[in-house]
Amino acid sequence: MDALTVHRLHFAFTVTFHYLFPQLTMGLALLILILKTMALRTGNPHYASAARFWAKIFAINFAMGVVTGIPMEFQFGTNWSRFAKSAGGVIGQTLAMEGTFSFFLESSFLGAFLYGEKRLGPKAHWLTALLVFLGAWLSGFFIVATDAWMQHPVGYAIGRHGEMVLTSFWRVLLNPWLGWQYLHTMSGSVVTASVAMASVGAFYLLTRSHEAHGRTFVRLGVIAAIAATIVLLFPSGDGQGRNIAWHQPATLAAMEGLFDTEQGAPLAILGQPDMDRHRLDNPLIVPRALSFLTYQSWGAEVKGLSAFPPQNWPDSIPLLYYSYHIMVGLGTIFGAVLAFAAFKLWRGSLYQSRGLLWVLMMLLPFPYIANTAGWITAEVGRQPWLIYGIMRTPAGVSTQVSSGNALFTLIGFLGIYTILSILFLFLVYREIEEGPEPAPAA
Amino acid sequence: METIWFWLVACMLAAYVIFDGFDFGAGIVHFFVARTNDERSAVLSTVGPVWDGNEVWLLAAGGTLYFAFPTLYASSFSGFYLPLMMVLWLLILRGVSIEFRNHVQSPVWHPLWDAGFSIASALLAIFFGAALGNVVRGVPLDAQGEFFLPLWTDWTPGKSPGILDWYTVLSGVAALAALALHGSLWVALKTKGEIESRARRAASVVWWAVLVSVALLTLASFSIQPRLQAAFAAYPWGWTFPFAAVVALVAIAVLNRRLQERAAFFSSCAFLGAMLVSAAFGLYPNVLPSNGDPANSLTITNASAAQYGLHIGMVWFIPGMALTAVYFVYAYRSFAGKVSVEEQL
Ligand code: HDD
Ligand code: HEM
Ligand code: HEM
Repeated sequence: MDALTVHRLHFAFTVTFHYLFPQLTMGLALLILILKTMALRTGNPHYASAARFWAKIFAINFAMGVVTGIPMEFQFGTNWSRFAKSAGGVIGQTLAMEGTFSFFLESSFLGAFLYGEKRLGPKAHWLTALLVFLGAWLSGFFIVATDAWMQHPVGYAIGRHGEMVLTSFWRVLLNPWLGWQYLHTMSGSVVTASVAMASVGAFYLLTRSHEAHGRTFVRLGVIAAIAATIVLLFPSGDGQGRNIAWHQPATLAAMEGLFDTEQGAPLAILGQPDMDRHRLDNPLIVPRALSFLTYQSWGAEVKGLSAFPPQNWPDSIPLLYYSYHIMVGLGTIFGAVLAFAAFKLWRGSLYQSRGLLWVLMMLLPFPYIANTAGWITAEVGRQPWLIYGIMRTPAGVSTQVSSGNALFTLIGFLGIYTILSILFLFLVYREIEEGPEPAPAA
Repeated sequence: METIWFWLVACMLAAYVIFDGFDFGAGIVHFFVARTNDERSAVLSTVGPVWDGNEVWLLAAGGTLYFAFPTLYASSFSGFYLPLMMVLWLLILRGVSIEFRNHVQSPVWHPLWDAGFSIASALLAIFFGAALGNVVRGVPLDAQGEFFLPLWTDWTPGKSPGILDWYTVLSGVAALAALALHGSLWVALKTKGEIESRARRAASVVWWAVLVSVALLTLASFSIQPRLQAAFAAYPWGWTFPFAAVVALVAIAVLNRRLQERAAFFSSCAFLGAMLVSAAFGLYPNVLPSNGDPANSLTITNASAAQYGLHIGMVWFIPGMALTAVYFVYAYRSFAGKVSVEEQL
């Protein structure tokens, strides 16, 4: 394997693994805050004990997020030093702000939140939950701001030695790419957390243990999940798609598997991109839908891949196409299942619908898959650029780190993360099995 | 502006060493000061609520380094590729050891993570010390400001050194001793009874190791890096920093004997701070000296970002650090006082 491939795999693997944890903690921080608010408003210890249970799951995930996040911060320098050198003056800002404004906040108050409930009293304890939530969501903001700049660089100029020089701090923070991306990513993380909550609740109801908590978890989980799914699909997913159509047209064509430019382009639901013949095999399409979704007109022209020089095509089109379709497909399925569950909840029959509870329980892994697929869409879609339109991916790699050295550390991370995964699953399963402590009678 | 950022990054790194240093130190002396499972649990709970916040200083310092001196960040992180990755692995081991230990009650689970905590802490102290040694000694930078160091070559700090040579190993050992001392003083400050007195005894023994290793290291540094001498000769007021370090080191021994644990711990903070500031003073205006052609050295001017970015950075950095100070005061206040073994039961 050449060094570039190893460095790319290195980054892709470690960041994908890292994101498995923050996507739960960011969403869960919100749900815990909601539970704490309910506890404060109603004075019912049931909600406080529910929050305490999820705080334990949060703590395990947080620890995993921290230990896998630290390597991310270093890899810009270790594996992408050319990129760090040219772009550091710009993206170093948002990364440094993440450390200063969010990690300090989150880590300082998490201790108080996890261990201080008795000493602080309900109001102050609620406040620590709020601060932890703020810290987590700010950290999501700054990292997405960094990524958004790589997708759509703004507020910079090229300096004397070819490096990127920051010229407008506010344009970087108010990047038009950032708004939709942040909203979409955060809704994705709320879906992960609320589906996890509903899934654990369904497990308790199906096994007839901790049933009072089970009902709370299912109720809050389903309501939050359907709300977040709606935001995911519209306006944020739609907004993201529009951004791509506007600024990364070759990426859009590859995501949709559209090889030729068409007026009234169809939307492919299924099909396999055939890279030798440049067409979609076994297509199942909705005629004209793509034109409508991107340009709000059934007859609009959408550029296909053939309209772009092949050296500007993303380099793994099938991967991009499949990951995008997996995300959208799962988003549609979540919408349908959750809407049905919400309907049953409203009719008051959800807790007895064992079939639907089974489905909710089994839903647990799918938001993780959708979120990962979404990031693969974003990152592979950015190729062949490292910074869209300015720097090609091979130009950013650390040339002095040989492929052998990079492979050594990639194998190291593979091994360590395998062990971490086993430990993580073991610990989380134990917490779920033990369950929330029953609330003392109010 | 570059000078201000140089000192800010140096201070953030010093803050990192002082804060995370005591939890590393607690890890290093873990098995010596705590003999039973409950005692170990007590030692661990002196760092449990704060270690993550302490470690954020590393991230914040790294982030600040990245945007203020992108060339330095890029060059040093890729040049020290292998040892940095090992540092990351050890940080992972340490983090999960602290966080996962108390989730399961079992006689095989606890010793496992105690060992992880202790071994990772000790190795990290050595690695960080060796890293500082590499920066003081200089690295083989080329005209592009790049280099790549193997783990070791012939163990001498010559023209083609490795990460490890006798000099950097010596600085690793000095760091191990200094942090062990720092950690013992922390444990003495935060615990009672048996653990406290063992920690105090450990501190008085380790103190001698610090004295010897730091004295040797200082001599070696001046002979290996002639620029240190030049820096202190040019600005003799710089001698106040090493002098402060000596005073602080003596104060540690005296205060520890007088059972003034709080003052002894703060002296140790001052000692670490003064040592690091002395090193930064000796390096300035270099940020990473070349061990060959001095023209290849990375300095605050050729490694820094453009002026606009450095100015705008100030705008958010000052309020950001003020907020951080508030969080830290709050976090340490709410965790004031001693931890007892009984609480662990
Ligand atoms: C639960 C997770 C989830 C679900 C159901 C969806 N997404 Fe998504 N999507 C994400 C989670 C996600 C993400 C992980 O959060 C990404 C990765 C990067 C980003 O900005 O958000 C993403 C990226 C992403 C991108 C690429 C952005 C880029 O290249 O920068 C587009 C165009 C969409 N999404 C559009 C959609 C549409 C139209 C959906 C609905 C049908 C949808 N997503 C469902
Ligand atoms: C958690 C979510 C993320 C996931 C799952 C993810 C996934 C990936 C994948 C799969 C690649 C490899 C692409 C390829 O080589 O074809 C990649 C590359 C990369 N990503 Fe991301 N990414 C995430 C977030 C981010 C963020 C937030 C940033 C920036 C701050 C970022 C910066 C990069 C860089 C620098 C590379 C390497 C260069 C490249 O191959 O383009 N990623 N990522
Ligand atoms: C290249 C990309 C990334 C880098 C450099 C990075 C860096 C880090 C670091 C250093 C930590 C540990 C902080 C601590 O010690 O408290 C961390 C944790 C975290 N990261 Fe990332 N991260 C990346 C991708 C992402 C993405 C894409 C998101 C979300 C959109 C994210 C959200 C978080 C959150 C919320 C935490 C807090 C810990 C947790 O909740 O698990 N990170 N990250």
